[in-house]
Amino acid sequence: MATQQTQVLGRALLTPAVALLFIWMIVPLAMTIYFSTLHYSLLDSEAWSFVGLENFRYFLTDPAFLTALRNTLVLVGSVLAITILLGTPLALLLDQQVVGRSIIRLMVIAPFFVMPTVSALVWKNLLMHPVSGLFAWVATLVGTTPIDWFNDVPLFSVILIVAWQWLPFATLILLTALQSQDEEQKEAAEMDGASALSTFIYLTLPHLARPITVVILIETIFLLTVFAEIFVTTGGGPGLATTNIAFLIYTQALVQYDVGNASAGGLVAVVIANIVAFFLVRIVGRNLEA
Amino acid sequence: MGQITLQGVRKSFGPVNIIKDANLDIENGSFVVFVGPSGCGKTTLLRLIAGLEDVTGGQILIDGRNVVGVPPAKRGLSMVFQSYALYPHMSVRGNIAFGLKMAGLPRSDIDRKVEAAAATLNLTPYLDRKPRELSGGQRQRVAIGRAIVREPKAFLFDEPLSNLDAALRVQMRMEVAKLQKQLATTAIYVTHDQVEAMTMADKIVVLNAGNIEQYGSPLELYERPANLFVAGFIGSPKMNFVPGEVAGEPSVATLGVRPEHLKIGKEGEGWPGTVSVAEHLGSDTFLYVDAGKLGLLTARCIGEFNFKAGDRIWLSPDPARLHRFDKDGVVIRT
Amino acid sequence: MARKVTARRVWVSTAAAWLFGFLIFLPILWMVLTSFKTELEAFSMPPKFLLFHWTTENYATVQERSDYFHHAVNSLLIAGGSTLIAMIIAIPAAWSMAFAPTRRTKDILLWMLSTKMMPSVGVLLPIYLIYRDFGLLDRRAGLVMILCLGNLPIVIWMLFTYFKEIPKDILEAARMDGATIGRELVYVLTPMAIPGLASTLLLNFILAWNEAFWTLNLSTSDAAPLTVFIASYSSPEGLFWAKLSAASTLAIAPIIILGWFTQRQLVRGLTFGAVK
Ligand SMILES: Nc1ncnc2c1ncn2[C@@H]1O[C@H](COP(=O)(O)OP(=O)(O)OP(=O)(O)O)[C@@H](O)[C@H]1O
Ligand SMILES: [Mg+2]
Repeated sequence: MATQQTQVLGRALLTPAVALLFIWMIVPLAMTIYFSTLHYSLLDSEAWSFVGLENFRYFLTDPAFLTALRNTLVLVGSVLAITILLGTPLALLLDQQVVGRSIIRLMVIAPFFVMPTVSALVWKNLLMHPVSGLFAWVATLVGTTPIDWFNDVPLFSVILIVAWQWLPFATLILLTALQSQDEEQKEAAEMDGASALSTFIYLTLPHLARPITVVILIETIFLLTVFAEIFVTTGGGPGLATTNIAFLIYTQALVQYDVGNASAGGLVAVVIANIVAFFLVRIVGRNLEA
Repeated sequence: MGQITLQGVRKSFGPVNIIKDANLDIENGSFVVFVGPSGCGKTTLLRLIAGLEDVTGGQILIDGRNVVGVPPAKRGLSMVFQSYALYPHMSVRGNIAFGLKMAGLPRSDIDRKVEAAAATLNLTPYLDRKPRELSGGQRQRVAIGRAIVREPKAFLFDEPLSNLDAALRVQMRMEVAKLQKQLATTAIYVTHDQVEAMTMADKIVVLNAGNIEQYGSPLELYERPANLFVAGFIGSPKMNFVPGEVAGEPSVATLGVRPEHLKIGKEGEGWPGTVSVAEHLGSDTFLYVDAGKLGLLTARCIGEFNFKAGDRIWLSPDPARLHRFDKDGVVIRT
Repeated sequence: MARKVTARRVWVSTAAAWLFGFLIFLPILWMVLTSFKTELEAFSMPPKFLLFHWTTENYATVQERSDYFHHAVNSLLIAGGSTLIAMIIAIPAAWSMAFAPTRRTKDILLWMLSTKMMPSVGVLLPIYLIYRDFGLLDRRAGLVMILCLGNLPIVIWMLFTYFKEIPKDILEAARMDGATIGRELVYVLTPMAIPGLASTLLLNFILAWNEAFWTLNLSTSDAAPLTVFIASYSSPEGLFWAKLSAASTLAIAPIIILGWFTQRQLVRGLTFGAVK
């Protein structure tokens, strides 16, 4: 294949994609970097001035940033914990001999295909409504007072919604990984007299280590910028209770029209995402060799 | 017509030279086999001829025309791949017809030629099956059918039989050789099985680390190997090599003698040694003999000999069948 | 799976799996049920499960009152358009990297992957300003463009992993058979890659259909797809649950069905081949 002609052709066919992605990456990023050094508001677009790193100082020392950072970390961490701690047993369960597995599989995967605005609103209104939601009814059945989800535990409510959306992803990937596990290896362990528990600890868990890492990295990248779920349920509130970094930047950009500050925040988000991306790219890259 | 000439052909992948200065003249209609150890560049050389790789230097002439830079499609060659490389989404008929379709032949001609090729290869009942519904041997035939139907100037085969079981391999070996003779089309055949090489070839090219070590008929290679590598590579079991000095010929660096040219002599005649293993095959007996300073020798004796491990014997080489090599490993002709 | 398992264990696993599955699916099921209730019953406490007055009037009013169809067409055009354009750019690129790789191919692939990881919010402002200045706000073309670029790395990656699985020999055989590169693509590569092409197309259509950052920020009415349309139900609290449910059901039903078809390929596409 490696003739001159194919090489030349190959390069020609690759160029449009590379060029487009390069522009798509570099132009907005350069603009963000440029804006981040300006004092510039869309409400008063005449007056703008160069302020160096002032926006970063302002953004990073803003108490709202610390709250948003904490919320982001809590959100990412909790959703990761929930999806993996529930996803692993669920995947193990679906890997067993189960009657009607394909139907269960479909039910489990479905939430992943629900658009974020729909899942947020359905949860907020139909399930979590303090008076007429399904959860409120369950609470009265059990005999406790219903929780006013978005007032009492707003961040937790958002976490629940997002976790519901991402549980299928974790389950599906772990299930795929389990199904690729060598059946003979497990049988050999059985012949060696290993109990089900030690087979799980010594064979299955190590086998799942890689897919779990992949799940963590990919979910992290998406969860760092959860937006629509907050946008349609709480609008970041009450107060700042459900404002994450993505939402904070959005507020500064398109609500307060503070270009400089929002850009500085945007760059902070890019840096955080890149730290995670670095590890993911390394894992994927290693896989390319094999 | 299908005369293929290589002149100073070189190929490197990055800094590594895989083919170093190959010169070869393949006559029209001959069956030429490339043999050599794994990784020596057989496939690479074949792909250079096919046009699937560019040469780094030198010329490849097909019927006198330099084809360097000519795409594979325009060289008029056809290739049978080790993996068969059948088009999985096409029927056997579609596979065989594909090349003709690309050449723009009329429908009726295509049908006629495909039917003829299928008949030659006993594929007629399978014409409408998909490759995955065929056995290994049948797939192999389809791959060959696809190659012959285009009436190319030459066939290129890259280890086409290596995925078949032993019995089928012997059968296909004969069929391929017969077909080639019948069509009288030049064939270049890559293998690392020297039995295939010896039985099928008009001429053999022995490759080693990107060099052509020798080019000649099977018997020539057997009887007059040009150097130590060819002497050791062709023939089974391997030729015995003993240092010239120890064998009493100080002017020669290495003395070679094939196992079948070692005779069991009377006591005091030839080289003494102790049998370490005796393999009794019925028709032959292989003796692995520890001959002290001469090293380990293999002897192949026709018929059944009643030796066992530990027996002391004398081996005498056939003086007319000795091969002498200088210190560079090149044969010394007298 | 061929291992011996006691019947009791099968029943225990089955019961647990069905329970889990049902709980996970419950919100969707509940939404579908609610969409067939009257607004009053949608509210009623205790909730009515199956014994309510089944009606399809919500589906009719959703269309009448809020122009559901307009937004559905927008979703279709935006998701479909961005996916098709991405495929057109990606097929040659993936072909090139799979079949004419160079020393830098791996780096380019990883770099493409890393552009996908850039948080959209980091470039929200520049994109917003560019769109404002070029009059692309609330225009379908603008959304098509941005979703196409956003999904391009995934499309290229998926196609690349599919093409990689096609043995090179077969393409070379076609070349020996006298096929030009163009014919090789049409007669050999494409038919062999159709399952991969189809699932790439589907998965990316789904991702684009559900995208809810750029659509929310760059469109308001004219170009607004269903994500934005549904979001508009967030303000008049509580009054329109049945209609919200009907609109939501319509918005997700086709996608869930498509998604069920692609579930096997989903893992590969979403993990960039890191899990198979
Ligand atoms: N595309 C390539 N890039 C770099 N090196 C290559 C490439 N193709 C082959 N080589 C190297 O060239 C050498 C010769 O390879 P080739 O496939 O020709 O060997 P071969 O004689 O056919 O071996 P075998 O009997 O195992 O098939 C090997 O060392 C191989 O690693
Ligand atoms: Mg080879």
